[in-house]
Amino acid sequence: MRAGSLPRYLLQRLLLVIPMILVLLTLVFFLLRVAPGDPVTATLGDRLPQEAIDARRAQLGLDRPLIVQFFEYLGQVATLNFGEAISDNQPILGVVRDNGGATLTLTLGAFLFALLVGIPLGRLAGRRRDSAGDVVIRIFGVVSYAAPVFFVGLLMQMWLARPLGLPTSGIASPRVMFTVSAEPITHILLVDAILQGNWAATGDILVHHVLPCLALGLLLCGIFIRLVRVNLLQTLQADYVEAARARGIPEKQVVKKHAFRNALVPVVTVIGLQVALTLSGAVLTEKTFNWPGLGFKLLQYIEVRDYIAVQGIVTFIALLVVVMSLVVDVVNALIDPRVRYQ
Amino acid sequence: MRRLLAPVRATTGTARWLLVAGMLIVALFVVFALFADWIAPFGFNQTTGADGIKFEKLSPPGGAHLFGVNDLFFDVYSRVVWGARTALLVVLLSVLISVVLGVALGLLSGYVGGWLDRTLVLVMDAVYALPSLLLAIVFAFLLRGTLGSGVAAAALSLTVIYLPQYFRVVRNTTVSAREATYVEAARAFGASNTTIMGRYLFSNVIQSVPVIGTLNAADAISTLAALGFLGLGIQPNEASEWGFDLSRAMDDAASGIWWTGLFPGLAIVLLVTGLTLVGEGLNETVNPTLRKRRFAKVEMSEPAGRTDPLGVPAGVGATPAGVAVEPVADWGPESGEEAAR
Amino acid sequence: MSQPVIDATDVRVWYGTPRGSVKAVDGVSFAVQPGEILGLVGESGCGKSTLGRALLGLLPAGAKMDGSLLFKGEDLVAMSDKERFAHRGTDLAMIFQEPLTRLNPLMRVSEHFTETLRSHHPKMRASEVEARSLEVLRLIGIPPSRWKAYPHEFSGGMRQRLMIALALVLRPAFVVADEPTTALDVLVEAQIIKILHDLRRNFDTSLLLITHNLGIIAETCDRVAVMYAGKIVEVGDARTVFRDPQHPYTRELLRSTITLATDGLNSIPGAPPDLVDPPPGCHFHPRCPDAMTICPQFEPLLLARDGGPSRVGSDDVACWGTRTAALTPQQRTPLVREELAVADEA
Repeated sequence: MRAGSLPRYLLQRLLLVIPMILVLLTLVFFLLRVAPGDPVTATLGDRLPQEAIDARRAQLGLDRPLIVQFFEYLGQVATLNFGEAISDNQPILGVVRDNGGATLTLTLGAFLFALLVGIPLGRLAGRRRDSAGDVVIRIFGVVSYAAPVFFVGLLMQMWLARPLGLPTSGIASPRVMFTVSAEPITHILLVDAILQGNWAATGDILVHHVLPCLALGLLLCGIFIRLVRVNLLQTLQADYVEAARARGIPEKQVVKKHAFRNALVPVVTVIGLQVALTLSGAVLTEKTFNWPGLGFKLLQYIEVRDYIAVQGIVTFIALLVVVMSLVVDVVNALIDPRVRYQ
Repeated sequence: MRRLLAPVRATTGTARWLLVAGMLIVALFVVFALFADWIAPFGFNQTTGADGIKFEKLSPPGGAHLFGVNDLFFDVYSRVVWGARTALLVVLLSVLISVVLGVALGLLSGYVGGWLDRTLVLVMDAVYALPSLLLAIVFAFLLRGTLGSGVAAAALSLTVIYLPQYFRVVRNTTVSAREATYVEAARAFGASNTTIMGRYLFSNVIQSVPVIGTLNAADAISTLAALGFLGLGIQPNEASEWGFDLSRAMDDAASGIWWTGLFPGLAIVLLVTGLTLVGEGLNETVNPTLRKRRFAKVEMSEPAGRTDPLGVPAGVGATPAGVAVEPVADWGPESGEEAAR
Repeated sequence: MSQPVIDATDVRVWYGTPRGSVKAVDGVSFAVQPGEILGLVGESGCGKSTLGRALLGLLPAGAKMDGSLLFKGEDLVAMSDKERFAHRGTDLAMIFQEPLTRLNPLMRVSEHFTETLRSHHPKMRASEVEARSLEVLRLIGIPPSRWKAYPHEFSGGMRQRLMIALALVLRPAFVVADEPTTALDVLVEAQIIKILHDLRRNFDTSLLLITHNLGIIAETCDRVAVMYAGKIVEVGDARTVFRDPQHPYTRELLRSTITLATDGLNSIPGAPPDLVDPPPGCHFHPRCPDAMTICPQFEPLLLARDGGPSRVGSDDVACWGTRTAALTPQQRTPLVREELAVADEA
């Protein structure tokens, strides 16, 4: 393969990802399985007699040497099996499937809002540095990042939801939830409602999305404003921008094609890095709005101290983050030809 | 003090204004934290007045309770003031521990190199890749058994998040210090290895750590509040914590009770904003590419004129000889005669 | 004599700084004839790059310019930003020092050329854009197969060729080349110099070649202007100036270049002056080996070698040393310098 070709770059990135995944899995296993002691006792210790617990441990294979369990865990993860919750016997993969969709539509909605609002604002602020607009936008960016999602959510519930008639809890009205999830197609509620051609349900689900997506989107919005502004300030000083001006290229086009476009390249990387932050924010948003997503489920399992379930979900999130960073790198390589040579 | 004010002096215009605003906000909360005993009218877990009468549950702002009373019979204003102490204490502890551990591990990793370096880098990268709140949740969850749910457990849960950043900075500077050519050069002059590396590291680390530290502190305030909100942070009888109070306020919101959530929430927003402004201000002074160049107004003097002191007119190309300006001063009559000759 | 392409009179460019105004260009006059290559030489920080940028209107915020700068009779200083902008690219072009960072890394060669041509000829068809660009690229020595390549796929020398081609594709009447070869290695430097030297044959372009390398001037330029501390101290036919330099600074500059005949390195003692507060009189006097009593007192004007006023095409110099006959004996006495005496003791 030619140096700098895309397949070769992909292969290089893949090879780097494997040790990363191994380290992450080891961390998760030893943190959540070894450190706290026996998971069955932790979860069911105060409810079941010792014999029942021992039986359960044997059944789950938790009485075998740790190293055996570790390799079994690695093997399971390789086949995308994240284990089974002790508290409610649910396979974690099923939990991910049933609740991941809600988290997905929430975060995508939030990203959409943040991109649509944050990038133009950041561009405006960078273009007109130190103008009144720049100061207002910057302060808005800092404050929207500083405001915790749950506080924004609280304010929305107090002062925005009632006047606008927007729901503040859940992803859909109970009846819609029931009818749409009765015949799951993709397990993503919004998509299923559309695929079923149930427009009333689709509208209901969309309305439920507004406030949660806004709350999470505001958090991301601040990041994009700051990032686009700073990058634009730097690219506006770049040598190639001055050279373009010297060729008599109109200033509007210089800003658009040379400065702004180049300023957006790191934004793609940062979107990738923000996957982790978005998931953090999603956990809080889900708790605030009773959103039946993965984070909501994780908190429920933490409450009942179900270590196996927590381990399973954390493993899934860790894999997701790594895969997303890989995807972002590939997208980056497609946009910026220089990346492939590094 | 001079060092502290250096960034203020280095910035101009908006940047200075934002930095000063941030510093003032942070200073306000530091005052709250230090003098909470005097500023707060009640204790953080006090539910009865001096007269022994229990506060009126959920009473609105006014009277003896500036910000009202919440559903746990706490005075909201006092909780906000005491919360500053908790927040700053936890954040200070966690940033301090991360710096110490990060510097130690980074030095070790960068200096020893080899497999130790590779493993540590990989582990730190892995930790850094995970969602920070998730890490904090997992650690708070794990530490609850051993350390309970006080300030120490919260601080340690946050430490894990920020450790990799300091590790990376210190490790990378150590490695480049080892490779830097001028270290070689200095070695040739007989300076010892440790002296050179110490000086190099110190100057690099001292530059970046305050910036990372301040920005991390801002982030840590949010994360601490988030843990509190999720019920995994500091419990109300241990200390006053804004995130916990907000989680209690969620139920009040529907019934139109706004004061139990608004004030702790605003405290978080303000303090995080203040710290972010300070961090960004520091960043602009450390990172000159972000800084705007300072210009003074140009006052051009009158053109010097193109009349030669010796009386020969000058001219280039098609343009006529320039405007005559009076000859340079101090031109004595004696030399003037000389020129005329 | 035809009208000069560029005719500068008393051009001044000052930068405001907290310390005071930096007099980067302070009363400079020169002319460039059609098809002529004028070399502008001087130490770094003498204002030569600022002068080059001023010609294109590319001065940074905080700079102020006055004097008159005629392009084919139109004053670039007096005109509005919009009018000045209209000249950029089509009439005036610039080639920069660092070719590596001057091309947008995200744009292909073809996109750079298309954008440049379309900005000035919005209706030009794609086929004509390509034909015109490839023609220039061929002359500059870049094969058409690289048309779709990205900047990072080129070496430094090739990128400088691209920059030159991008400047020339609009057929400007006047090109400023600011240290075009400083960042390149010697072999590549020679190729680029040859390209620049052939410009007027291929493109009928005048060139202001800014450099600190006297060798390049000698090889390429018709005329040379020597700049010191924001002023032109000597200007004239390149061969005449090099054979018989009149200004002590030119002489010292020539002596400090390395040739095969050099058996020791010569450097000019002292450092270039602070342009916020330059020395009084002739700015060079603190470093001048021939300084006289008059030098710090009065500034010498740029006059023709024969002592008459400067004329089109004349060889000029600004030095009291060339006009000793007109000075009093007291003004002629060598300058006594305290600083130097101290330095000698140390």
